[in-house]
Amino acid sequence: MPTNEELLLLDLWVSPFSTRVKIALAEKGLSYKTQEEDVLGGKSDLLLKSNPLYAKVPVLLHNGKPVVESTNIVYYIDETWPSPQLLPACSYGKSTARFWADFIDKKVFDAGRNIWQSKGEELEAAKNEFIDILKKLEGAMGDKDYFGGDKFGFVDVILIGLTTWFYAYEKYGGFKIEKECPKFAAWVNRCKERDSVAKNYIDPERTHEFVGLLRKMHGVE
Amino acid sequence: MAGDELILLNYWISMFGARVRIALEEKGLNYEYREENLQNKSPLLLQMNPVHKKIPVLIHNGKPICESNIIVQYIDEFWNDKTPLLPSDPYEKAQARFWADYIDKKLYDSGRKITWNKNKEEAEEGKKEVLEIFKVLEGALGDKPYFGGENFGYVDISLIGFHMWFYAYETIANFSIEAECPKLMAWDKRCLERKTVAKSLGDPKAVYDIVLKSRKIKGLD
Repeated sequence: MPTNEELLLLDLWVSPFSTRVKIALAEKGLSYKTQEEDVLGGKSDLLLKSNPLYAKVPVLLHNGKPVVESTNIVYYIDETWPSPQLLPACSYGKSTARFWADFIDKKVFDAGRNIWQSKGEELEAAKNEFIDILKKLEGAMGDKDYFGGDKFGFVDVILIGLTTWFYAYEKYGGFKIEKECPKFAAWVNRCKERDSVAKNYIDPERTHEFVGLLRKMHGVE
Repeated sequence: MAGDELILLNYWISMFGARVRIALEEKGLNYEYREENLQNKSPLLLQMNPVHKKIPVLIHNGKPICESNIIVQYIDEFWNDKTPLLPSDPYEKAQARFWADYIDKKLYDSGRKITWNKNKEEAEEGKKEVLEIFKVLEGALGDKPYFGGENFGYVDISLIGFHMWFYAYETIANFSIEAECPKLMAWDKRCLERKTVAKSLGDPKAVYDIVLKSRKIKGLD
């Protein structure tokens, strides 16, 4: 990377969306600085200026120009530094990857939130919906090692960061992904062997603690 | 292009289906249009979009592409010899994706508060939200003729399908978009002057009639 390229990531350590971006940056071998945002305390002026509509992290500033929304950031990283390519080369492969990235974004985090925010019958329903989503993703992967085939690629990057919160969902939902969706669990372990993932994977116990705090804030406990 | 078979599964009132029709027209592509009855979805639709079971679906030589913005990107990439819909610069592309995503996240749901309102308060809330979204979009448009600049493109395509629903929003919630957001309506008129747009959009009054009929059936009126 040329020395005049400056990358700054506005970050929250526990955000699975930030993790997603960090993994993409690592896959491309890019160096970057981070600025930790205290999203519960007070957002920085830079965050509010860079992402005025949503005021959320992550935000990637490339030579001062902001890119927001984590999936959008990953697309941007892949296009700006094309090697190694995360998205498939052919148009149809690209659209399939985009479809599953969109499915993941529409479903996974919200389904997880339904688990840690609910109790009793609602919790049971939330757990079943979550498992159903993982089964659909297992179907998309088929017998391949990764969503893109034999190589770790775009959809894997989009999804793997979100799994840092899954231990918390398992604890609150009373289930084990290894038992319900063994293929999915195997894929997670496979991804965690990669440097880019291992170096950026937040300790699930710490995430579990954080989700516990959120539960208290939402009056679930 | 000789040998390319294109089938579009759609429902004519869909603002999402309109995106795909416009993109196909912009590229000068021939395709077979099939109207779906969403109360009685065809086996083909269920087979081609098993995950969401929604229109639009573009079937290219037997292979399905789902999700309207993903379909538009596919059309732009596969038929990349003319009429580019997305910018080539990665940063401009990221901006275009951001705005299309903003439209997707916000406008449809707020519009539904108007069309499917259970009471005047909900319609009023929907109206306020829709106008706020339009004002944000006016800001993004600025003094440019189109969202992408001089040329009609991806973000324009993302938004203009909603034109079909403006009359329904205005009539049900009793307001004038022109009065509140004249810049946006100037853009709207500009887009409607394009043949590709005019032939891809259904009659807004016919959309309003359908909304009224559906409201009666759902017991909302």
